[in-house]
Amino acid sequence: MNYKVIYNIIGRILCVEAAFLVPAVAISTYYQETGAIRALWISIVAIACVGVLLLLPRPVKKDYYAREGYISVGLSWIIISLFGALPFYLSGEVPSYLDAVFETISGFTTTGASILENVEVMSRGLLYWRSFTHWLGGMGVLVFVLALHPMARGSGQSLHLLRAESPGPEVGKLVPKIHKSAKILYGIYIGLTLLQIVLLALGGMPLFDNVTTVFGTAGTGGFAVRADSMAGYSPYIQTVITIFMALFGVNFSVFYLFLSGHPRQALRSEEVRLYIGILAGATLLITLNILPHYANAGEALHHAAFQVSSIMTTTGFATTDFNLWPEFSKCILLLLMIVGACAGSTGGGIKVSRLLLLIKSMRMERKRILHPRSVSVISLDQKPISDETMRGVTLFMTAYFFTAALSFLIVSLDNMGLETSLSAVLACINNIGPGLDIVGPMGNYAAFSPLSKLVLCADMLLGRLEIIPLLMLFAPSAWTKGIRHKQKASGW
Amino acid sequence: MRIVIVGDGKVGVTLTDQLSREGHDIVIIDKDMRVLRESVDQYDVLAIHGNGASLSVQREAGVGESDLLIAATSADEVNLICCVLAKKLGVKRTIARVRNPEYDEQLIYLKEDLGLSMTINPEKAAAMEILNLLRFPAVIQRDTFAKGRVEIIELKIRKESPLAGRYLHELTHIVKAQVLICAVERGDEVIIPTGAFQMQAGDNIFVTGASRNLAALVQNLGIVEQKIKNVMLIGGSRIAYYLASALLAEGAAVKIIEIDPERCRQLAGLLPRASIVCSDGTQPEVLAAEGLVDADAVITLTDIDEENLILSMYAHQQGVYKVISKINRMEYNELCQKMGIASIVSPKNLVCNDIVRYVRAMENTEEDSVLALHRIVNDKVEALEFSVAEDTLHLNVPLRDIRLRDGVLLACINRNGKIIIPGGNDVLRKRDSVIVVTTADRMYGNLNAIFA
Repeated sequence: MNYKVIYNIIGRILCVEAAFLVPAVAISTYYQETGAIRALWISIVAIACVGVLLLLPRPVKKDYYAREGYISVGLSWIIISLFGALPFYLSGEVPSYLDAVFETISGFTTTGASILENVEVMSRGLLYWRSFTHWLGGMGVLVFVLALHPMARGSGQSLHLLRAESPGPEVGKLVPKIHKSAKILYGIYIGLTLLQIVLLALGGMPLFDNVTTVFGTAGTGGFAVRADSMAGYSPYIQTVITIFMALFGVNFSVFYLFLSGHPRQALRSEEVRLYIGILAGATLLITLNILPHYANAGEALHHAAFQVSSIMTTTGFATTDFNLWPEFSKCILLLLMIVGACAGSTGGGIKVSRLLLLIKSMRMERKRILHPRSVSVISLDQKPISDETMRGVTLFMTAYFFTAALSFLIVSLDNMGLETSLSAVLACINNIGPGLDIVGPMGNYAAFSPLSKLVLCADMLLGRLEIIPLLMLFAPSAWTKGIRHKQKASGW
Repeated sequence: MRIVIVGDGKVGVTLTDQLSREGHDIVIIDKDMRVLRESVDQYDVLAIHGNGASLSVQREAGVGESDLLIAATSADEVNLICCVLAKKLGVKRTIARVRNPEYDEQLIYLKEDLGLSMTINPEKAAAMEILNLLRFPAVIQRDTFAKGRVEIIELKIRKESPLAGRYLHELTHIVKAQVLICAVERGDEVIIPTGAFQMQAGDNIFVTGASRNLAALVQNLGIVEQKIKNVMLIGGSRIAYYLASALLAEGAAVKIIEIDPERCRQLAGLLPRASIVCSDGTQPEVLAAEGLVDADAVITLTDIDEENLILSMYAHQQGVYKVISKINRMEYNELCQKMGIASIVSPKNLVCNDIVRYVRAMENTEEDSVLALHRIVNDKVEALEFSVAEDTLHLNVPLRDIRLRDGVLLACINRNGKIIIPGGNDVLRKRDSVIVVTTADRMYGNLNAIFA
């Protein structure tokens, strides 16, 4: 195990985190929030110091392999969350450190589950940081570091980091160079973010609300700066958000194909087709179901589309309290939570492509039972899928359901009701945020016991990193380090 | 540059390693998913799974938008189809590996009609390299520049050598020839030495100079050059065929030991003047019976690196004058040298050097491009030959007034065939060619980059 390389990666990430806290100071200064400014400065200095300290031991060997990749991704997500919570805790606005960590993990994992009883009393600088964690966590902190500074020139080892951090059953590159790929991804991401800011500004949204909402949309996070989430904004703003949530749930390589002049290839993507199909189908069914609750069909469609887009992309904004909707609609939303967005997007869940592969393998198995000698291959977008990928999908699904079941069991100790406990676990592990009942769109997670909060924190991280990188942290064989000669081996 | 490499085999991987380290965008195509996955884990490249000679795969790899396609699959015919197709799709240049001796003679027509920029033949290149070493058996490695007029040779300083313990500035005085020591390997260290450098027994020195001066150096050092007349080749591979036909043409006696009877019959037909022995060349009794001790040189050319190494250690120990081994995996090269197997030839590295030189020359279409590139000291040092053009900096300025980058040495100037070992008063002139020696941590693509 090459520990120094891992220190180096984590050190870099902490420095990036410290740098991104600086704009929050500027905002707090503008709104004259003295307490927040102090807390932010202390945090920045502390994070930067630890970051620089970790950068000091120069790695002698720069090689790292799969296990170093997984370990550094798992560790760095935990560490940035622990440090990112400092401003909330030091300012005293979130009195318990556990709650602050919960809020930060919820931010970085783009969950959007909040323990805050009332967001509107928080200082603006901290609210900005809270929303910004969504933006940074959405595409991945390590991907950002890769785009900023390629690690080892010419070596493919950085791919281990990209693989561990990016969601989806198969992670590939768009172009040969990994740091160029990372740059393209962030380029598309920033482009879409700016476009949404402009469109929302045209709708007359106040700038602070605008930027924080866009961060929440882009990372498919869901932290809002108002207690009623998106309900208070104009229908135009809500529609723009609906569309952009759906866009950020699309596989980013599809955007790249569009931009690089292969629109036909982009439209052929089976995953995106199914994604759009599910979005449309769910919207239609919910519209019909909630028709009696609204004045006209248009309004029902508007709210149905917003909620479906918000839940399926695992964002978690709300324009209405869907807790009050009929059982059937709530059930659809619960199922959409599990499906999630496309692989390679900023969304969570088990991903549409995994669902697609599972359906295909089920169909193949059925055929194999009827015609035992038949030979068939599962393919996606006309490309055969290797057994290894399929094994990865089944492994993920198994791990996913065990994690969910175990968490559900522990959270149920709190006696909050079946609907609350189940939806809380699903909303956290799929990085959505609001669940049903007490943790519904107008509620929060404050009522849970510390143990449940810890479990939910773990669920959010497991969901964002798709379980495996975090499980690596508990594999003893990942941490072994051989005994070395004190001096160099001297010839024969 | 964007480069597509078809075939992720020995040559493909070596090229991927080298070219991706030089910062090019590499796409590799292969039919075997497993080797692709290994390459992607190790290098920053894009991998496409499929047959490189098929249109859809080439389209997917973006061959049309690429600058260069290198076809290095195991089948010559596939390589040629790859290149033809790639040309149709609009790639700028193509390089194909063609190694079947039967195609060797029609290569000129193939190159012209198929629009190939270059063909590579690792086995032939290796054979030529071995031949080169056999001509000067006292040196360990030998690389030529300026159409063979300038060479860099590698020598080991032995305890009894007149150079041991002497300083570099005394060199010309001792050896009475115009030569320059451009690099020294001491243990794991590589030194580009200055005049105050003290040579020690055990150092490997890399000496550059005009070929005849180097011959004089070898003579004045008291190393007796004996002409090699009797060569034993163990393993009847393609290299053996190319090497044997060249050696026979020079009048040497060649004995090839090969285990496969069918291959023996083929070789006997192709090389009527060589003596072909059908037996297991890895057994000491066989070697003894075939007169190993009477051979001037033994070349181990079996397919297995380990066998080649052990055989050459054995031949060395039996007192054979010159032993050369073919090794595919250069990763353990340093180990081999410590064990005393001095001369090693690696086919894939030879062609890889050629292609790297070609690629660097492609990047610098101006006149001051790379004419030759050799890697010495286990690839830690590069020796490059550049032509001096009109836009070269510091033309006609005495060298003592020019500052070069750290780790760069101007080793030799070739002025219309006259070889100059540069001193402070010498100048660069247009149409010279110069040989530059650098530690390989920085890649130089044109001459102006060496100036500080």
